[in-house]
Amino acid sequence: MSEFKVDDSLDLRGVLCPINFVKTKLKLEEMDTGDHLEVLLDEGDPIANVPRSVKEEGHMILKVDRPEGDYYRIVIKKS
Amino acid sequence: MPYSEDWIERYSRHIILSEVGGGGQQKIGNAKVLVLGVGGLGSPVALYLAAAGVGTLGIVDNDVVDLSNLQRQVLHTTPDIGRPKVESAAEKLQAINPDMTIKPYRELVTSANIMDIFKDYDIVVDGTDNFPTRFLVNDACVMAGKSLVHGAILRFDGQAFTVIPHEGPCYRCIFREPPPPGAVPNCSQAGILGAVAGIIGTIQATEVLKLILGKGKLLTGRLLILDALDMSFRETRIRKDPDCPICGQNPTITELTDYEWVC
Repeated sequence: MSEFKVDDSLDLRGVLCPINFVKTKLKLEEMDTGDHLEVLLDEGDPIANVPRSVKEEGHMILKVDRPEGDYYRIVIKKS
Repeated sequence: MPYSEDWIERYSRHIILSEVGGGGQQKIGNAKVLVLGVGGLGSPVALYLAAAGVGTLGIVDNDVVDLSNLQRQVLHTTPDIGRPKVESAAEKLQAINPDMTIKPYRELVTSANIMDIFKDYDIVVDGTDNFPTRFLVNDACVMAGKSLVHGAILRFDGQAFTVIPHEGPCYRCIFREPPPPGAVPNCSQAGILGAVAGIIGTIQATEVLKLILGKGKLLTGRLLILDALDMSFRETRIRKDPDCPICGQNPTITELTDYEWVC
């Protein structure tokens, strides 16, 4: 993750679909174009759905990785 | 995040839509919409606008709930018979959405009070059941510059149309004058399939939300006509009439009048 600056982050572990995407979207609305948002998501439905929905809104997924344990970390670039 | 957890959850299915988002939902929350008539059309309009989170909803109706209303006026229930419709409606709407402000007006709209009622609202929805009021409402909206979402129903038929004064045609650009008294039956004489009120009313509510959001293509310049027996819609293109007596180049109607009540 160190190669990307992170302007803001959201820990959405334990937050179910679609509220995890809704919260990601609301956070992105507050940010500036080009800003990077880091989001922590559970495995299963959240990691399957949220990045796809974020891309459908026109944003870019810069990175997806799995630090340790049962969750993922994604970095989104706001378009 | 500035939004409450309840707000995020309640409106999540709106916020997900790319045309709405958090900003759009806030616009809905700041909107002030006036619904004229909480009967067949006004019921679905008000129900969906309350559920959608419209911040201020005015409701105007002078009637009390009658047993014969319940076949189509889905805001009201059997125990409401005899109660003022605005009171019955306000109770249900507030229960759906406790955050919104509901302003009931138990009165008939007339040329004397219409401007005063309209002044606090951005968008007017016509759910009235008679031509004199419909023309009065159109004229007042054109004069006051308020957007108007028109709907009308009879038997298995319905129509919807949106007026943005001076930008597009108004109701009088289509229908110049009210029909002569007695020429056209109303719902109590001709009948109405209750569900048709639901179709047209939800189209009106959708138009209101698109207007608030500034998204999509409105029913301006086209009259949408429903034949529910055939279950088909058709559209008639409407042009702004330069000779329209209210929104034309040389308006001849310069003050509001009350047409003869024919019902």
